[in-house]
Amino acid sequence: MVADTIGASATRAPSWRRLGSLREAGLIAIILALCIAMSFASPHFLTLGNFRAMLMSFSVEGIVVVGMTILLIVGGIDLAVGSVVCFAMVLSGTLFLAGLDPWSASLIGILASSLIGCIMGFFVTVVGLNHFITSLAGMVIVRGLCLIITKGTPLSLFTLPPAFKAIGQGSFHGVPYVIIIFVAVVVLFDFLLRRSTALRKVFYTGSNEKAALYSGIRTNQVKFWVTVLCSTLAGVAGVIYMSRFGAATPTFGVGMELNIIAAAVIGGASLNGGSGTILGAILGIALLSVVTSSLVLLNVSVYWQDMIKGCILLGAVSIDHFLHKRKAS
Amino acid sequence: MSEPVLSIRNVTKHFGAVKALTNVSFGLERGEVHAICGENGAGKSTLMNIIAGVLQPDEGEILVDGEAVKIASPSVAQSLGLGLVHQEIALCPDATVAENIFMAATSRQRSFLMNYRKLEREAQKVMNRLAPIDVRRKVADLSISSQQLVEIAKALTLDCRVLIFDEPTAALTEAETRILFDIIRDLKANGISIIYISHRMAEIFSLCDRVTILRDGRYVCTENIAGVTPDDIVRRMVGREITQLYPSKQRDDEVSGETILSVRSLGDRDRFHDISIELNKGEILGIGGLIGSGRTEIAEGICSLRATTDGEVRLHGQVQTIKTYTDAVKAGIVYLSEDRKGSGVFLDLSIAQNISVLNLKALTGHMGLIDAAGEARLARDFAQRLNIRMGNIDTPVSSLSGGNQQKVAIAKQLAVQPKVILMDEPTRGIDVGAKSEIHLLLRDLARSGIGIIVISSELPELLGLCDRVLVIREGTIAGELSADEMSEEAVIRLASGVTSKEQTRLATDHAA
Repeated sequence: MVADTIGASATRAPSWRRLGSLREAGLIAIILALCIAMSFASPHFLTLGNFRAMLMSFSVEGIVVVGMTILLIVGGIDLAVGSVVCFAMVLSGTLFLAGLDPWSASLIGILASSLIGCIMGFFVTVVGLNHFITSLAGMVIVRGLCLIITKGTPLSLFTLPPAFKAIGQGSFHGVPYVIIIFVAVVVLFDFLLRRSTALRKVFYTGSNEKAALYSGIRTNQVKFWVTVLCSTLAGVAGVIYMSRFGAATPTFGVGMELNIIAAAVIGGASLNGGSGTILGAILGIALLSVVTSSLVLLNVSVYWQDMIKGCILLGAVSIDHFLHKRKAS
Repeated sequence: MSEPVLSIRNVTKHFGAVKALTNVSFGLERGEVHAICGENGAGKSTLMNIIAGVLQPDEGEILVDGEAVKIASPSVAQSLGLGLVHQEIALCPDATVAENIFMAATSRQRSFLMNYRKLEREAQKVMNRLAPIDVRRKVADLSISSQQLVEIAKALTLDCRVLIFDEPTAALTEAETRILFDIIRDLKANGISIIYISHRMAEIFSLCDRVTILRDGRYVCTENIAGVTPDDIVRRMVGREITQLYPSKQRDDEVSGETILSVRSLGDRDRFHDISIELNKGEILGIGGLIGSGRTEIAEGICSLRATTDGEVRLHGQVQTIKTYTDAVKAGIVYLSEDRKGSGVFLDLSIAQNISVLNLKALTGHMGLIDAAGEARLARDFAQRLNIRMGNIDTPVSSLSGGNQQKVAIAKQLAVQPKVILMDEPTRGIDVGAKSEIHLLLRDLARSGIGIIVISSELPELLGLCDRVLVIREGTIAGELSADEMSEEAVIRLASGVTSKEQTRLATDHAA
């Protein structure tokens, strides 16, 4: 209403690209400021070891964030990612302990995660439920599966061959494989999201599903495959965690989905669909990770960490809301 | 002259750096119907939102019965007796009609529990003045025009002294419009003042006493309707001469016997049946009829947005096997939806991304990647051809005015080089200047050999723009009017099924 009235003269408002880079520049500035402050506050912060640890800590989650961001852009959400990460981990682990080689076991774990995505996608597109409810049910069901598979006890996988453990623990010329995989996934999907026709359809569908339908885009297919993609990337993350920890716990990843959704939203994804960037989401999870690391180094009690992260989320979303209101008027 | 019921003095409103209203003043007399005219973006809605308490002015004052008031919220406006019928329907879709009608009243009532039986009885009484809609039905189940009537009924219960109607007839049928006009005249006779916003000159001239014109957020003038002509108003709204409201029609030497699209006995055994249409090269074919007569459904049937059971569609003489809308686009038939914001454009995506949506396949190079330079070129080409006024092609469509958004929606269809375009209400709710540009564009497209079908509820548009008009009634073609048979009366007669000329004349006189 308001936008319509004065719309004619508002063409000089910042374009979404400029606004997007504004947000990303803002996040980088906040992260840098935090790093500088921390380097004075703690002698252990500005060390290669600490940075490597921080990067490692969000790399694997970062892979899941990529899938979640694309799903948020299409207008969906997946609360089951934490459970699916764990599921891929314990299923692959169990198959390995049953005698399968770890590579095949991992592949099956990832494919099983995709299958979970297919089932959720089916309920969303064919049955017509919404993503929130479907994935809420998925979260609980898949967690149940994890407990059933493991009978509730952690699997010890120290017998994994060194070649497989190297994925999670080894490095190439000093750069951990985990970080290489993470960067590859990010660069690939960031590029595809900006340039590929298939992922452009994700934006159209999330921005205005009806208009997309009227433009000949099969929106149900788009939503289905994005749901599958998100679960698949969660499966990949689960397998990497298995390799890194050499163990599989049936309670791993509880609450992870909230951290991941928070990161994507801090990075600019909208729960209404139609907007979001991979780079933003990665900066979002980097910010959360730097904050966690800082709190640890400052000897802040673990009990405070969740509260502080929640406040950051609320602050980021409020700033975003304010910026959007400014843009609209 | 007595004290005005409502006066606006030197009101200014900014949105960031943009001035939406500059020093606007006007007065509303008791019992008058006062039209507010201006192009989209002239500040009408901003002004009305200030009166209704939705927005706060930056400068200036508002006087009710000569006393300065501060309208801090819509509820304050209501307690002052100022009511607004929104242009965009603002109802709770999951509540019943009765609950919606008394939504405002319930928030003021004292008792703790709702008396539903009384609520429904009262609501039905109000509703019956407009249309026999069962107030126990859910709003979501009603058609758009019925929803608009509920919105009006809601305002009637408010006991207002000043009632603002913002484009109330945009979604109404002719018959409903007539009923609304009777009610407005009735309100006026009871001393209630009406502010009436509309783009339709015929309505303003049949209903209003005075008119205030705004341009670019500034007050232009207030005139007695009796002392001006529609041309005067349009001229002052746009600030330039619009010599001709509609482009010239097809010339005799442009008439070709070549048929582009032919539809034979199309039907879906539900909303429409026995539809046969021949669309010739070079002509603009109009489709008229009441809302709900099946016009939109027929267009959707032709391009397979809706399943059909009978009949066939031929393009240049060849039978098409079109099963989905994607097939239709591939064959060269595109449809422009009447609901621009709901299903026409992607508001938060950029102009370039909007224009390329139907054309993605052609813009996709190897490896499934979008040719970014090609996309930008396409967008710039069309922005220039259609004279889209914008910052640059990366700005979101939401920042454009209604008319320019519609141009983007049209550009999107043109980008696939269609053979036939079906346009459903191509100029609904957009300002006179943009409207006339779109009409010219459609004529150019027809000249260049693209088949154009225009569905419109606006009779002047249908008659002014189209070379031939088909009138739909109850899901089938009630009649065809050639250029020399076309008149408002003839269209209304066919659309409403009135056979006697006398009756029709009465009806049109009443409406005009």
